[in-house]
Amino acid sequence: MTAELDLAVSALDKAAAAVPGAEISVTAGHHHAALTRFARSVIHQNVAEDVTTVDLRIHHAGRTAATSATVVDVSDLDRLVKSATEAVRVAPADPGWPGLALPSAVPPAPALDVGSIESTPADRAEIVGAFVAGAGGLETAGYCRSTHWSTGFANSAGQQASAEAFECGFSGIARHHGADGVARHAPLTLAELDGEALGGRAAAKALASIDAVELPPGRYEVVLEPTAVADIVEALAAAGFNGKLVNEQRSFVRIGDDQFDASVTLVDEPLLVGQAFDSEGTPRQRLVLVDGGTTSAVTHDRRSAAEAGAVSTGHALDARFVFGPYAQHLSLAPARSGEPPTEVDGPLADSSVAGLLADVRRGVLVTEFWYTRMLDPRALTITGLTRNGVWLIEDGVVTRPLRNFRFTQSYAQALMPGNVLGVAGAATAIPGDTYTATSPRWTCPALRLASWNFTGGASG
Amino acid sequence: LSEFEAAERAVQAALDAGASYADARVMHRRHASMAARNGEIESVSDVADSGIGVRALVGSGWGFFATPDLTDASVRRAGERSAEIAAASAQVASGVSALIPGEPVTGSWESACATDPFAVALSDKGDRLVGATRTMLEHGADLAEASSVAWETRKWLVSSEGHRIDQVVRECGAGISATAIGDGETQVRSYPAARGQYATRGWEFVDELDLQAHAARVGSEARELLSAPVCPTGETTLILGAEQLALQIHESVGHAIELDRILGWEAAYAGTSWLDLAQLGSLKYGSELMNITIDPTIPGALGSFGYDDEGTPAACRDAVRNGVWVGVLAGRDSAAVAGLDYAGSVRADGWARLPMVRMTNVGLEPGPHTFDEIVAETDEGIYMETNRSWSIDDRRLNFQFGTEVAYEVKHGQLGRLLRNPTYTGIGPQFWSSMDMLSSEIVVWGTPNCGKGQPGQVGHTGHPSAPARFRNVRVGVRA
Repeated sequence: MTAELDLAVSALDKAAAAVPGAEISVTAGHHHAALTRFARSVIHQNVAEDVTTVDLRIHHAGRTAATSATVVDVSDLDRLVKSATEAVRVAPADPGWPGLALPSAVPPAPALDVGSIESTPADRAEIVGAFVAGAGGLETAGYCRSTHWSTGFANSAGQQASAEAFECGFSGIARHHGADGVARHAPLTLAELDGEALGGRAAAKALASIDAVELPPGRYEVVLEPTAVADIVEALAAAGFNGKLVNEQRSFVRIGDDQFDASVTLVDEPLLVGQAFDSEGTPRQRLVLVDGGTTSAVTHDRRSAAEAGAVSTGHALDARFVFGPYAQHLSLAPARSGEPPTEVDGPLADSSVAGLLADVRRGVLVTEFWYTRMLDPRALTITGLTRNGVWLIEDGVVTRPLRNFRFTQSYAQALMPGNVLGVAGAATAIPGDTYTATSPRWTCPALRLASWNFTGGASG
Repeated sequence: LSEFEAAERAVQAALDAGASYADARVMHRRHASMAARNGEIESVSDVADSGIGVRALVGSGWGFFATPDLTDASVRRAGERSAEIAAASAQVASGVSALIPGEPVTGSWESACATDPFAVALSDKGDRLVGATRTMLEHGADLAEASSVAWETRKWLVSSEGHRIDQVVRECGAGISATAIGDGETQVRSYPAARGQYATRGWEFVDELDLQAHAARVGSEARELLSAPVCPTGETTLILGAEQLALQIHESVGHAIELDRILGWEAAYAGTSWLDLAQLGSLKYGSELMNITIDPTIPGALGSFGYDDEGTPAACRDAVRNGVWVGVLAGRDSAAVAGLDYAGSVRADGWARLPMVRMTNVGLEPGPHTFDEIVAETDEGIYMETNRSWSIDDRRLNFQFGTEVAYEVKHGQLGRLLRNPTYTGIGPQFWSSMDMLSSEIVVWGTPNCGKGQPGQVGHTGHPSAPARFRNVRVGVRA
């Protein structure tokens, strides 16, 4: 039994003694998270934390209370149980309580890379230093992060589970006379982070962005690099396949419908980074959301599943979040080329992107999107801007850098049947945001899309 | 150990490990939230955390380490680890790091709170939210949501320069929202603002919001929007409600005047700023009606405090005076790099996060008009209120906002209801076009300002009032 599972069972026993007959679930987690941040080519913020947290949920007499606290010793645990016990007696009625996860086997977590989990601030600084060097003297900025965590779960229905895992990510830009280029990567081990190669790629993009011109707004064919596609995939996860939003008719997603181009297959793969069960103790699994263009599943926690007459897919978030259950490890399947991508000269991320340009007569190459916000969830209509490199494509080659665009585009429409003109033969794992100790991870190939609605230029 | 003792020992351990400067923040935080949906409680949550974060400077490298364990050995080890991390930073460092001089401050501060939000019965909180959602459903909503939240933060700061400060900050907020589901689109109405209204006050603030009194209107307006005509496309005179203008201030002024962004410290993520320090004091930001202050002393505002998280006492400062850019949000380290002599806008999202430049209360001083006068003096235009979407580029210039609702303005009167309103523009051009500003200031609270890596969520306040802008592009759509 891991220390975290032991802690979860201890909290469960204390809560069960305090509220006999209650339905109780406990998640105990410990993480060591570290993030080394650099700007103007020097490390300016460098942080680490060791934290143990216990989440306790009690349902009794038709009422539910969820409490959470950092825990150092048994007195902290006693305080948490007391708080939850008092709260559940006076909590409002909860007629939608979906019950506890029943005992079921949890898939094994991947083997841990010892070098990664024992990495030091000096190791991260070394990767940052390699990125700075790889950028060849251009000003750089970004981060290198890693998290090693261990989680234990226990509930009063008899479900127990534990898992231990590691994840890491790197994101950096190179800057040259007001033009920025970017490179991101979220491999499974720290050793796979090639700071020098990433720095070289970011610098190539920045150098290729000098003297950008403004193109008139309008609809253009586009090639989106993996860093741009990641934004689409994240929006699909949060607002498309989110079971709560589907239940509420706020999502466009309908199971069984051919809602996407036949080249689109979308899979959630939480087990790759060791997320073997969710905060309700439901085992996670590889989940196919879109299979060859047909929507095949949505993500559920126990509450949204109960509302839909479905079963939980293991996507419950912490109790304090009400966004609904959404996937955080989506992979958009690449086309089958069989050849691993290689670095290429110029602004393209790699050779897999180059393969998509060949048939583009006139279009726009987009490195990534920025500050994307929902205008209407029902059509997944989103506005945002391009960032870190945009170029004009003419007759299959990049001809000149462009200034950034603003766009207003339905992501759902962009991927509809017939609108996806090409999927690259390789996918890259892109790190998600850093608001939680364990970061989302989006694995994406480049896409060639028939139309993207650029509604304004950088000047307005 | 007392909290002060824990912080002192952590700081001393960092100094003993080679740091030339160190500070430590001990915090006990509690966050209670509740959400209701369609007449039922959806979630009840109570989250507490405690711990210490230690910041150390070794040579020119900064390091930070955090732990929830406040025992003697643990806090000393945290101090040592912060110094070890700082030493690693020096592998890729500039050779220059400094803080502007700061007098050692000893002090205490506590926000005003008439009703302790954690003493209010959960059932009372639940009845308030459930009742409002039921009323919205009865008046046309397909989806009715309500939420309330309360935070309590107790913190102790010690620095190697002699700072010794403790503060207690209590914050509350609540809001309701109705969604009507149409054919291929949704329409939303909210009260008091898109994501609720928040203040550094006790539960009396939530009582004053009186959610139930607005629930019927909100529900019916969401339904009415489904059949309203679409906001026209073109260039027109735009009147913004105070809540939407508050977010406009937040995004296109507040973030732009953050000194860390101006210096490039956020270039890879949040972005930089279009502002150039060489133009501080002379750059025209907007019209002469534009007077914006940085003021963490406003009683009850969400961005208020007694001292920032570097120990600088709260003070009001001009950011824009008569349309000219004159001030920034700064910390002691960024001010040193920029050659400025003031700081006071640094905060950390809890003990486990590094303190960084954040907005406090950034907002407008009152103008000479009223909302009624602005409408009456507008021959043709559009009035928009209540934010629905927001997006701005990484230099804080090119923005696009959507609001929940708009009304035609014709011959000095509000006319037809319009759906899916949006407007877009470039910051300084937009602010220069402001030709009428109301005196009816309300301080809007924004509890979800994201910045930094690891991500931090900041609480900010924005004094704002209705205003009029000329020649604005509206009606952008997919």
